[in-house]
Amino acid sequence: MRGTRDRTIAILMLAPSVVLLGIFVYVFILSTAYTSLTNLDSMRQLGGIAPDFVGLKNYLDFFGFSPLDTRFRIGFVNTIFFTILFIAVCLGLGLLLAVLLDQKIKGEAIFRTIFLFPMALSFVVTGVVWRWLFNVNAGLNRLPTLIGLPQGTFEWHTSQQRILEFSWQDFPTIIAVIIGLFVILPAFYYVVQRRSRTAIYVLIVAMLINGYLLFVATPSLWTANARPETHGFNLAIIAVVVAAAWQMSGYTMAMYLAGLRGVAEELREAARVDGCSELNVYRRIVLPLLAPITLSAMIILGHISLKIFDLIYAMGGGDLLQIDVPGMFMYLETYRGFQPARGAAVAMIMLILVAAVIVPYLYTNLKGEAKK
Amino acid sequence: MTTQTAPAIPPVVSAPRTRQAVPMQRRISQVVIYGLLIVLALVFLLPVFVVLLTSLKSTAEVDISRMWALPQQISFESFGLALEELSTGLGNSFALVIPGTIISAVLGSLNGYVLSKWKFPGANILFPLMLFGMFIPYQAIIIPLVLFLRDIDLFNTLPGLILCHVVYGLPITTLIFRNYYSEVPDEMLEAGGIDGAGFFGLYWHIVLPISLPGFVVVAIWQFTQIWNEFLFSVTVAQGTPTVTVALQNLSGSQIVQWNVQMASAFLAAIPTLIVYVLLGRYFIRGLLAGSIKG
Repeated sequence: MRGTRDRTIAILMLAPSVVLLGIFVYVFILSTAYTSLTNLDSMRQLGGIAPDFVGLKNYLDFFGFSPLDTRFRIGFVNTIFFTILFIAVCLGLGLLLAVLLDQKIKGEAIFRTIFLFPMALSFVVTGVVWRWLFNVNAGLNRLPTLIGLPQGTFEWHTSQQRILEFSWQDFPTIIAVIIGLFVILPAFYYVVQRRSRTAIYVLIVAMLINGYLLFVATPSLWTANARPETHGFNLAIIAVVVAAAWQMSGYTMAMYLAGLRGVAEELREAARVDGCSELNVYRRIVLPLLAPITLSAMIILGHISLKIFDLIYAMGGGDLLQIDVPGMFMYLETYRGFQPARGAAVAMIMLILVAAVIVPYLYTNLKGEAKK
Repeated sequence: MTTQTAPAIPPVVSAPRTRQAVPMQRRISQVVIYGLLIVLALVFLLPVFVVLLTSLKSTAEVDISRMWALPQQISFESFGLALEELSTGLGNSFALVIPGTIISAVLGSLNGYVLSKWKFPGANILFPLMLFGMFIPYQAIIIPLVLFLRDIDLFNTLPGLILCHVVYGLPITTLIFRNYYSEVPDEMLEAGGIDGAGFFGLYWHIVLPISLPGFVVVAIWQFTQIWNEFLFSVTVAQGTPTVTVALQNLSGSQIVQWNVQMASAFLAAIPTLIVYVLLGRYFIRGLLAGSIKG
């Protein structure tokens, strides 16, 4: 039988990987976290001057207390719109492709290969190729002229157009409204109707957060910076979404296709015998079963979009503020702006956003597995 | 699940009426399905078409106003120029990707073996902590990473970059092998244990011989990841540019013609595309393993 000696060997064999990951992930994160709380810059580094501890100053500057740090906020707002659109397009297109491929069609393997091949490419390749396609005077805009239509005028990733504008100082209020609509109202319903205890806790926490956002954050932002700072949905982001979705929707397709193949044919046949139309078979039986896959896909796609960097870089993001994102800003601030402390703060914000999505996912996924 | 669309008329009665309607409807829906698929396939292939269209033109013929025109004469000039620009990057990437893939696959296999067959107290906490490493934005570790590589004299070297890819590849390779070995029944190992085989004996004689599919999935995954990676390459190894950095540099330089840029993008994409087309099945398995359940 497997003895104690072999168990020790097993643990010793795993140890190097654990130690390496411990240092390269956790120690390094702690180091970045500490750096983000200082005013370390390359001048101090070179001069051997110890940096000062400045607390949360870098974070507060980024989130609105320094009128000069607009660039971080542009990237932050861009990421929000990019994430929403990117997830929506990938889920919609991925599901459409999967359902189409699920119709027992001829040449399924060929179609699948075509829809999935961009996944094998680097975001840098994707960026370089799509930048050429987005060329304002040639590229996609010229396509309609081939069949006699007028040339397209959208300037894609170089577009300066912006819709849904708001002042940054009102950003906490907007978040509060969203929390109100999507958390407080449903929680309120559960408290009144179902007398749910969890809902009471959720309600209390959400109302505390909203109170802070409305009565502390918003006024103090206006005090720190009285001039409205306009942000909004930069239409140039649409170009990034097109390129990113071209690359990634095959991934959602593969996930959905695996899920569809898992829905037993007998179940569908039973529904058809009951007189269910093909559309209703999907609406009432298949799609509800795909819900957990949708959630997984949203999380995977979401964490990709929150840390997107190479695609933006390759599309010329360093020079185009309208498609700037935190990942890009972090790189430039650290290695071109010689401000590692500020770069570290951006990195920590990215990490917190990603962790907020990934940690619950890892937790539920592995907890479910342990039950099995 | 209740079907709320139960028909008012029993199916048997309505059958004669639908028998005529169905073939027509089916034919229409078939046309719609194939039509949609073909249109979508063309859209997905459009960038490939443009890459080939542009890269097969000579520098003299590349003209923004005639981007969609077919080349008057097929020229491979751009590929020659692209190869010149990218040769160092391609060489570095191969020198990086081969050891990187092999080392992380071997370590992943051993880790997966330990975590699935030699479960120890605390393994259930350790494993998710390891997995977290594959989701983090690498920006959150890059600053200390650069300092660390400087300290151990591996900054701006290929071995330093290999180290990065091996370490940050450990979570996914461990995950894939752990899931793969979980499918292997414990009795197989128990039987081997009776024969007096220890940790390494069981691995060598029982686990390793059935590991080939696992190694293929992991190797493909790591190969594509390392080949396509950009952030590590651009920060810790500017001195030894990989293919993605070389491509980015030449496309960002504004002086390189579009035909050369497209030919370079094509060359940079070819190795992973070949792997994908030849071993697509395994590629998809790696892809789905990334969403944990595998």
